[in-house]
Amino acid sequence: MNVLLDHFSEFRDGFIGTVSITAVSTAIALILGVAIAGFRVSPVPPLRWFGTAWVTLLRNTPLTLLFLVTTFVVPEILFPGMSAFVLGSIALGFYTSSFICEAVRSGINTVPLGQAEAARSLGMTFSQTLRLIVLPQATRTVLPPMSSILIALTKNSAIAGAFSVTELFGWQKLMSEEGYDIIPIFIWVSLAYLVVTFTISGVFRILERRMEVAR
Amino acid sequence: MSASVLFDAPGPKAVVRNRIYAVVGTLAIAALLGVTIMRLSDKGHLAPEMWDIFNYAGIRQNIADAVLATLKAFGIAAVGSLVLGVLLAVARLSDHKPVRWLATGFIELFRSIPLLITIYAVWVGFLTDYSMWALAVGLSIYNGCVQAEVLRAGVNAVPKGQREAAYALGMSKTQVMTTVLIPQAVRAMLPTIISQLVVTLKDTSLGFIILYPELLQTARLIASNTQVNGMYPYVSTIVVIGVIYVAMCLALSGLATWIEKRGRRAKTGIKTPDAAGTVAVLAGDAGNAAAHGLPGAPGGADGGAGGGGDPKI
Repeated sequence: MNVLLDHFSEFRDGFIGTVSITAVSTAIALILGVAIAGFRVSPVPPLRWFGTAWVTLLRNTPLTLLFLVTTFVVPEILFPGMSAFVLGSIALGFYTSSFICEAVRSGINTVPLGQAEAARSLGMTFSQTLRLIVLPQATRTVLPPMSSILIALTKNSAIAGAFSVTELFGWQKLMSEEGYDIIPIFIWVSLAYLVVTFTISGVFRILERRMEVAR
Repeated sequence: MSASVLFDAPGPKAVVRNRIYAVVGTLAIAALLGVTIMRLSDKGHLAPEMWDIFNYAGIRQNIADAVLATLKAFGIAAVGSLVLGVLLAVARLSDHKPVRWLATGFIELFRSIPLLITIYAVWVGFLTDYSMWALAVGLSIYNGCVQAEVLRAGVNAVPKGQREAAYALGMSKTQVMTTVLIPQAVRAMLPTIISQLVVTLKDTSLGFIILYPELLQTARLIASNTQVNGMYPYVSTIVVIGVIYVAMCLALSGLATWIEKRGRRAKTGIKTPDAAGTVAVLAGDAGNAAAHGLPGAPGGADGGAGGGGDPKI
């Protein structure tokens, strides 16, 4: 108990850090993931190959290595002096985008063939078919895997703490270095993570109920 | 093929349009890569000296040791997580409520806490001087919980008749579990189990944070202890280590895909007895497996055994 009361402001900062890095990298992952999924189902072979390469590469690389890449390589390519928060969000967002891409792609595959055929016979183009007919229907099947991907992202954000982003793992490390007993620290950090992950699964449960249709 | 859902076979206009997209897309990707390479080479990261460091025997030895250390932690964690997974899955399916609740609580708790938090707590709290064991124990706990859920899904997916038949033969609960349900669950879930092992392999890189000298930690040490042209060779080290990681993970997930393909062929042997026209399908299947030569042979034998056993039901 003491460890929380004595260091509540650091704990609060850590919690806010975890929530904000999760939010920012979720945005990056969603945008990139949907775009790459579009590439992967497009009629243009080079874009399809690019999408495949992207997913294969990112899914088989440890996230910790991606954090090393963003810490040491990305500043050399873009510009030096980027904040750890931005770099961490890039690593998390890019890593998760590959999983989102696969979820969206398999969601697209569950939309009945007739839907896309009907859209095409109405004269819709590829992007219209995707935007107006297929993706809205795919959303429904994509929601459950999406929720577990985002929960995984929240859990993965702990690694950012080891790369000097202010978040909950950083607090755990700091407190144990200050000599507090690890068990209470562990309990408080776990509770904080549970709050975030339960919120995400709650939001998705509401979304799923809203989008439910009788079939 | 998913692609055919979204577009027709392209006509002449679409062919031209697609070609334009292809050219523009390729140029954009090439430009992105080009700018990256240019920026890196401007800063001197692509100079030959930066990559020469991997010719030194010492550095090669370091990397080899690190791969070994990674594989050691992975091996322990793989065995640990599978054992724990079976135990937890059996406990979750137990008839005794307290056991079931305990297992459910354990699984839900450790599955929803970041692995790094668990590993760090184990390291600081219990195994400060044994970072490899801290890493392996943390990985085993987390992945054991995931494997338990996979196995439970597998056991629940075994047709009900199997369990009933086993009980009707007078088998005890333990016998039913160990000789009838678990083997079938493992077999059905093997691709998923191996995919989870790929995740375990990737997560060994968290040893980096508790200072276990695995591949990533070694990479960082190499890069920060070597100076070439007044710079630390982070880029070259990261590229080399990244290639090693991707190769290891692809090899393991390749195994999962191979088993999945093999399993699909064998599974028809188990499932077809429900449907009509069993014999013809089974015969065709066995022939198919045999025709595939050595790698297919075990699958074929399995499928044959399943097919032989099932019609008795």
